[in-house]
Amino acid sequence: MTQYSWPDPALRPLLGKKIDRVDGPSKSSGRAKYTYDYNPQGLLAGKILRCPYAHAKITSIDTGAAEKMPGVKAVEVIQGPGTEIFWAGDEIVGVSAVDEGTCEDAMRAIKVEYEILPHFVSDAEPPKNIATDTGPVSKDDFEDMLDNQVPDEQVISAIEKRGISFKPTEKDYASYKGMGADPSIITALEKAKYVEAENKPKSPYKKTATQTTGTPDKAFTSAAAVSEGLYGASCIVHSCLETHGSAIEWPGEKEMIVHISTQNVSGIAAQMAEPLSVPASNINVLQQNVGGGFGSKFSVDRWDVTTAKLSKKASGKPVKNMLDRKAEFEVAGMRPSAFARVKIAADKDGKITAWESRSWGTGGVGGGGTPPLPYIFEIPNQRKQNTAISTNQGSARAWRAPNHPQAAVITMGAIEDLAAKLKMDPYDLMLANMDIAGPRAQTYKEEFAIADQLMGWKKNWHQRGDTAPGDIKRGMGLSMHTWGGRGHNSNCDFTIHPDGSVEIKMGTQDLGTGARTIITIVAADALGIPMENVTLLYGNNKYPPSGGSGGSTTSGGVTASTRRGAVNARDRLFAKAAPSLKAQPEELEAHAGRVQVKGDPSRSLSWKEACAKIGAVPLTVRGQNPNKDEPPDLTNSGVGGVQMADVSVDTETGIVRVNKMVAVQDCGLVVDVKTAESQVYGALIMGISYALYEEKILDPVTGRVLNPNLEFYRLAGLSDIGDLKVHMMTGKGYDERGVIGLAEPPVVSPGAAISNAVANAIGVRVPFLPLTPDRVLEALEPGGANASV
Amino acid sequence: MKDDDARKPEATSGVSRRDFMKISAVTAALPAVLGPKVVHAAGEDVPIQGPGKVTVTLNVNGKKLSPQLEPRVTLLDALRGPLDITGAKRVCDRGTCGACTVLLDGKVVYACSILAIDAQGAKITTIEALAEADKLSPVMQAFVDHDAQQCGFCTPGFVVATTAFLKQHPQPTAEDIRRGLNGNYCRCGTYNGIRAAALLEQGGKQS
Repeated sequence: MTQYSWPDPALRPLLGKKIDRVDGPSKSSGRAKYTYDYNPQGLLAGKILRCPYAHAKITSIDTGAAEKMPGVKAVEVIQGPGTEIFWAGDEIVGVSAVDEGTCEDAMRAIKVEYEILPHFVSDAEPPKNIATDTGPVSKDDFEDMLDNQVPDEQVISAIEKRGISFKPTEKDYASYKGMGADPSIITALEKAKYVEAENKPKSPYKKTATQTTGTPDKAFTSAAAVSEGLYGASCIVHSCLETHGSAIEWPGEKEMIVHISTQNVSGIAAQMAEPLSVPASNINVLQQNVGGGFGSKFSVDRWDVTTAKLSKKASGKPVKNMLDRKAEFEVAGMRPSAFARVKIAADKDGKITAWESRSWGTGGVGGGGTPPLPYIFEIPNQRKQNTAISTNQGSARAWRAPNHPQAAVITMGAIEDLAAKLKMDPYDLMLANMDIAGPRAQTYKEEFAIADQLMGWKKNWHQRGDTAPGDIKRGMGLSMHTWGGRGHNSNCDFTIHPDGSVEIKMGTQDLGTGARTIITIVAADALGIPMENVTLLYGNNKYPPSGGSGGSTTSGGVTASTRRGAVNARDRLFAKAAPSLKAQPEELEAHAGRVQVKGDPSRSLSWKEACAKIGAVPLTVRGQNPNKDEPPDLTNSGVGGVQMADVSVDTETGIVRVNKMVAVQDCGLVVDVKTAESQVYGALIMGISYALYEEKILDPVTGRVLNPNLEFYRLAGLSDIGDLKVHMMTGKGYDERGVIGLAEPPVVSPGAAISNAVANAIGVRVPFLPLTPDRVLEALEPGGANASV
Repeated sequence: MKDDDARKPEATSGVSRRDFMKISAVTAALPAVLGPKVVHAAGEDVPIQGPGKVTVTLNVNGKKLSPQLEPRVTLLDALRGPLDITGAKRVCDRGTCGACTVLLDGKVVYACSILAIDAQGAKITTIEALAEADKLSPVMQAFVDHDAQQCGFCTPGFVVATTAFLKQHPQPTAEDIRRGLNGNYCRCGTYNGIRAAALLEQGGKQS
């Protein structure tokens, strides 16, 4: 029986150690090449003329003058006269020319006329008198729900109760499956009753029916403490340092080479095939490095299709079209806002008994995400209702742990306020509720104890409101989070060459998470050889397909397929080498650069000698995840994390500084502790950034983004981060669960922990992230914590 | 090119900061590369470069390079485009993020905020010249050792900035680093590693 399972701790030469990132030298020396760096001879520039209005109808487009300009190679109208535009920055005309300057000159020469229409960009609290959306679910409503990752049961319930006003085609079903719709949703659609669409007045608000569990009114009446508050987080932007875009060329009439900045190397060709009428098999997608994605780079975007069309018009020459920073802020994705009025109750021991929330938020024209409220805690009595607001701005995209950071800010904030009402340490209150904390309760308990040690929580925590003299107030806050992170579908071709070198081909990508490093570690660990002997070929859709890097699914997927490939190859090698060692293949092991009879180094071959037995042709096998024929499951789902923050707040200026943050995180079997820790440090820093600084601000007058640049959309800098401590849970209880993804979970809690620390420091809640000085000072005013949005 | 007029110094109203910078550079062009046209502005005779391509002579990493560039082209775009030196990255393109950091006569500058034509006569050093052949520089090695990179897009800028910073502060304190390396942004959140790399590379002690 082939031993695919992860090896015992004693037999892991590389797994679970601290190992340098394999791509570190190429990145630190500037040699690493990105899509943005693609620069072949004859490269043409591409640019997109965008709509300056948040809501408008195109009345005319005149590209004549631009097309005649010297140096202009192609002009492509993307949306023609008569088209209604729903956000500022939407694509109107693409231009290709000999260089960027000429593109810009040409864009200035294009005349586009618009009929300006009224826009709506506010995600302030919806008016109270909005009717619940009871009419049939339209095609747009349904697709928005999928886009916004509304929980399956809510989607199904809406379809069942309200019916649908559209008739899905086979193509629709295929596309919904592609968008990740659960089979239960497809079934609900198939069974849904058709209801004629109502002719109702247009409203930006989509209000869901109230969901009630248990008996919330009774629970609130009999509670020892009830806390009411306002919480939330504003829209933020992914701000990938490498903007979205691609460089595309046509080496033949029906043949494309696509360099693209993507999280989804294996998925791009299929998305390009249809709009460009090219078989996916004739599209070669390439990417060695990507300058950030964070959930915003899974798809072929309209600008990429335009780039391909411009290239085709320009005799197939390569056209590179990367978004400028302003467009990146306007159209390349954002994290939806989410706000809520919450009422929460507990008994005298701090057992949470009831929850009531009215939430709202926006994710662009498609409405907003629905944060999973209450987060983590399965509170027995609940009443909740959400309103999605449709606004005229570029649509939301998955942002690292979609909806979870917002849910954490709202839930953990409410719990902290409830603890303050009971004069309880929130640490104790959360631990008192572990029986309703879901499947990861034991993990949280262990993590709380470690976080306490690293932060000195029990030693230093004080009741709400720092009573020390002076304007600078100090406080601590905490939060917890969970995520799935099961490995995605992943395939690799695993080759051992007769000279002993090893080659892996996999259609994956490395977003800076360390994917390349962990694949190489797993391969070298299984074969008992140095990592230098392993060459990983990736970033090409001509290699065996591997899933997109989203939802923390890559680590589990790529390590499982690599492990299976390595074990399959090793066993084939053992079969070839066994006769010369006068042993049976199953008696052999690969250890410290040798193939030997288990426990008998005197009967051994060097790795090179063993590989020479392969013969003239290399040995290639396939590794696949998942693979039910090759048990056990090497990946798993479900992790837990606990974070604590220590902040100082200047009550004169409203400035918040993070003194220290602690993150204790589980992700099953940690393949490389070094890159895993880096990812958690990164999440803390990104968390500090969105907790204190980041906010996409829309101008109610013009409907445009007011801060589409890095000077007024502030990211955390090196001076803003304080002292950071990361602890990865390893060993018994964790390792044997298999490899689980890590990208999303640690970014969930920082906002909540920092918000709670600020409340603990200054004695009042600052309702919304980011905790900017104006918001802090407003909260310090009498009645400030319940200020309007 | 129709906007000759807009490039004259007297026509500066309603232009952006970047446009203004590009206009200013025309007035500051070196006498050594006199263009065919001279205008009288601000009490002086000012040579006009462009708007078409002119020969720009740059000393990059010890090599003399003479690309044909429009005067409006930034040093960053000249490096990344015609010269194909792509270590410096274009991120904000307006002097905020530091991803395009290069050294000009040993001083840290944002290559997006200086015109190529204005960089003539200066010694330009990019990330590519900081490593010797295949050997990483000590700062690069420290970045690897402390895993001070994730996606890596900000990393070249940070390595150049850190190299220059450590020349000025051979024994930096944590506070020096906090202030001295605050001019570059990272989105993945590698500051913890960068801090450690800057502190420990020079044999300093982590606080």
